[in-house]
Amino acid sequence: MTGGRFADAVAGVRLWFAPERLREEGNTPDYRFSLANERTFLAWLRTAMALVGGGFAVDQFLPDTGRALRLALALTLLAGGAVCALRAINHWIRCERAMRRGEDLPVSRFPVMLGLAVGVVALLMVIVVAVGWGG
Amino acid sequence: MTEPVRDPGLQPERTRLAWRRTTLACAVAASLAGRQTLHAGGGPLPVLALSLVVLSWLAFVAVAHHRIRHLHAPRPPLLTSRAAVAAVGCVMGAAVCGAAMLR
Repeated sequence: MTGGRFADAVAGVRLWFAPERLREEGNTPDYRFSLANERTFLAWLRTAMALVGGGFAVDQFLPDTGRALRLALALTLLAGGAVCALRAINHWIRCERAMRRGEDLPVSRFPVMLGLAVGVVALLMVIVVAVGWGG
Repeated sequence: MTEPVRDPGLQPERTRLAWRRTTLACAVAASLAGRQTLHAGGGPLPVLALSLVVLSWLAFVAVAHHRIRHLHAPRPPLLTSRAAVAAVGCVMGAAVCGAAMLR
């Protein structure tokens, strides 16, 4: 059902820019739940910012690494940060909508995937620094 | 002075501090971008990218300040999706400028 998923994604993105449509359905949740959702959104934004900062840091602090490898690592981290930021707002709006409708909060594979990806990048960097690949 | 309605869980305060922390994280990334420009030796593209990073940081500070002012209300309103999109846009801007700065 990739078509249905795509339509859901488009509807979700349209919701980002039309917050009043969110208020049309369901009941307003306790403001404390909304604030907790907002803090989760901000925590994901900080994660995204840390990945972007990591991208800058790879480019600056691994100068002896071959250009291709260094660019690949930096671009991976920068792209990861951008994806993380987009996912943050998408998850925030989906959680807010689920709370209004009284549904279960959306579950997602994203944290696991991000954790694995960060682990792989970290391992690669340890090897690069320890072995001096591409030097 | 006691407030008429005080949330014992201090939710607005925690949210306010979360905005502050996030602003700080953006400041760290922006200073790394500044360091990057110094290393690149100051061509026109790195300088342009750095100014965009600094601008996106300033935009984030503005969004955070606006939101923190609204959090002072006894029952703070929902974060507007315009503010959320703006905050995400600042992070995306920093990521794109970072990619443009790579040597």
